[in-house]
Amino acid sequence: MSTFDLSSSHSDSGRRSGDPRGRSGIRPRRRENTTITPQGTPNRRNTELAMLAFAVVLPIFAYANVGLAMDKKLPGGMLAYGAGMGTLALVAHLAMRRFAPYADPLLLPLGTLLNGLGLVMIWRLDKAGKLLRGNFPAAANQLMWSGLGIALFIGVIVLLKDHRILQRYTYISMAVALVLLAAPAFFPSRAEDFGAKIWIRFGSFSFQPGEFAKIILTVFFSGYLMVKRDALALASRRFMGLYLPRGRDLGPIIVVWLLSILILVFETDLGTSFLFFGLFVVMLYVATERTSWIVFGLLMSIGGAAVVATSEPHVKTRIDAWLDPMAAFAPKPPPGSTEQIGQTLMAFGSGGVTGSGLGQGRSWLIQFAAKSDFILGSFGEELGLTGMMAIFLLYALLVQRGLRTAVAARDPFGKLLAVGLSSAFALQVFVVAGGVTGLIPLTGMTMPFLAQGGSSVVANWALIALLLKISDSARRPSAEPTQATPS
Amino acid sequence: MSDLTLTVMRLGFLAVLWLFVIVAVQVIRSDLFGTKVNPRSSRRAAGTPVQTAPGNGRAAQPTQTAPAQPRQRRGAPTQLVVVQGSLAGTTVALQGQTITLGRAHDSTIVLDDDYASSRHARIYPDQTGQWTVEDLGSTNGTYLDRQRLTVPTPLQPGMPIRIGRTVIELRK
Repeated sequence: MSTFDLSSSHSDSGRRSGDPRGRSGIRPRRRENTTITPQGTPNRRNTELAMLAFAVVLPIFAYANVGLAMDKKLPGGMLAYGAGMGTLALVAHLAMRRFAPYADPLLLPLGTLLNGLGLVMIWRLDKAGKLLRGNFPAAANQLMWSGLGIALFIGVIVLLKDHRILQRYTYISMAVALVLLAAPAFFPSRAEDFGAKIWIRFGSFSFQPGEFAKIILTVFFSGYLMVKRDALALASRRFMGLYLPRGRDLGPIIVVWLLSILILVFETDLGTSFLFFGLFVVMLYVATERTSWIVFGLLMSIGGAAVVATSEPHVKTRIDAWLDPMAAFAPKPPPGSTEQIGQTLMAFGSGGVTGSGLGQGRSWLIQFAAKSDFILGSFGEELGLTGMMAIFLLYALLVQRGLRTAVAARDPFGKLLAVGLSSAFALQVFVVAGGVTGLIPLTGMTMPFLAQGGSSVVANWALIALLLKISDSARRPSAEPTQATPS
Repeated sequence: MSDLTLTVMRLGFLAVLWLFVIVAVQVIRSDLFGTKVNPRSSRRAAGTPVQTAPGNGRAAQPTQTAPAQPRQRRGAPTQLVVVQGSLAGTTVALQGQTITLGRAHDSTIVLDDDYASSRHARIYPDQTGQWTVEDLGSTNGTYLDRQRLTVPTPLQPGMPIRIGRTVIELRK
């Protein structure tokens, strides 16, 4: 039984000597450090199986509920649908049993439940058939994408022997992520994209590279910060309670900031831009334990957003719609205004505390994006505040398991990777939920797992698989026996 | 379908959704209370992998069988502990496996240390079961006490092995 270290990733900062190279003063930190020994059985696969069964049954219940409310009978495909979801979940679970036996028991069931709920809601909106701009049936497509997502999940679980292998590809992943991020800017703008250029299209097939860039960029940030964090943490002056980094150490954060501003300008997508900058700031903070990075990050993002918002018309429209969501209903609506935010707020309002019941709301009245960006509005109307709180808790639990994995991880790269992946997930949920509820300006991102969107589902399943691999190696009760002879 | 049925289903669904959340939190609880937090400075606590339930004992899982430890000679070390450096506090149970140290990410202990080589040293039991440390041609050397290692050297518990800014020792 081995122990793993709670605070190893930042015990470097015990050295705060005046010497900027920080080599001379090697003092172990005087803070009370602790180690955590897991006591229970480390293999929680049976718990996972039980939770997984629950997570499959719950959407089937929702499915029956929708059918009874809308057609007065149980929906015909209920058993087939349940069997499909159940099989997918079971295959994923079996892969876990074989290839990641010690991983966290909750991540897979939580993902399955959110994915299942999303499928039911999309199917329910398909049935409504009254979306104003073309109601393409999307549930079958989404089910196919979920299947692909699970396939990628299994692929990662089976093929990725150790997450530390990813560290080799630090700079390659930077290049790949930059290409993925930049690519949509070079594709011609289309009316269907509603302003934000975050898609790549080949004929009828379209995909949103930002979702994958999120994961690949996290790999780069982890590899990079693991190597550089000493320089970023130690070489600093103290000023008004903050550690001010040296000018040249500000380089990386300025580069990432410029990149996110470029995304904002050329792809006019506030969400992607915020997600990547926020992700970098969070990881910088975790790697160096310096609050000053968060202060800098907030100042820089506010400054950048303010400048772009005043110059870029699309972003400005979004901000105006956020400041006054009901302006679109005025007798003379301002040009370019959208009714969706106002409609979504009304959906939340009509849902009330316990909601109208599945299949009994009128959320198809939210226009074309009811299944994708605004699916939370549909949930808010039909499940009410109670249901929304449960859904947000599901997301919170998922993020918590990710951060817990980071605490338990035994290698610095794994720690940073787990923190980065779960923060990216959390930031995305915040950006979408905040946008839909009117807390922050609306962006073009999708709610992970819930919303319609192939790239999103596939990428998020890959994200969960990576977290599970890190979790597996962190919770493994002993070191791998008999390493190969060193080469 | 009557309104009553639909109302019951609506509230029932919300209840089941919350039940899922609550059950999930219960699973996490066992993760929180099923662990023992040891002060890192305490040698005794770090030296013995405690298997008993913690003070409250409510949520503790039944104790699990420890991985079968081959019975070794009296006084044989059971644990390798990092005592200084960025990984201070990390322990690895000694179970007859070779432990590799270095910056290479596939090492057993990944050293995040500018003075370590990617494959710096290894610690392994020799034919007689005696734990031995061997430098793998590192740039800055592996030190046992103050002596730079040139040949594989037998280890006694408590002898500090220094690699860059990291200090490691075996413990019983």
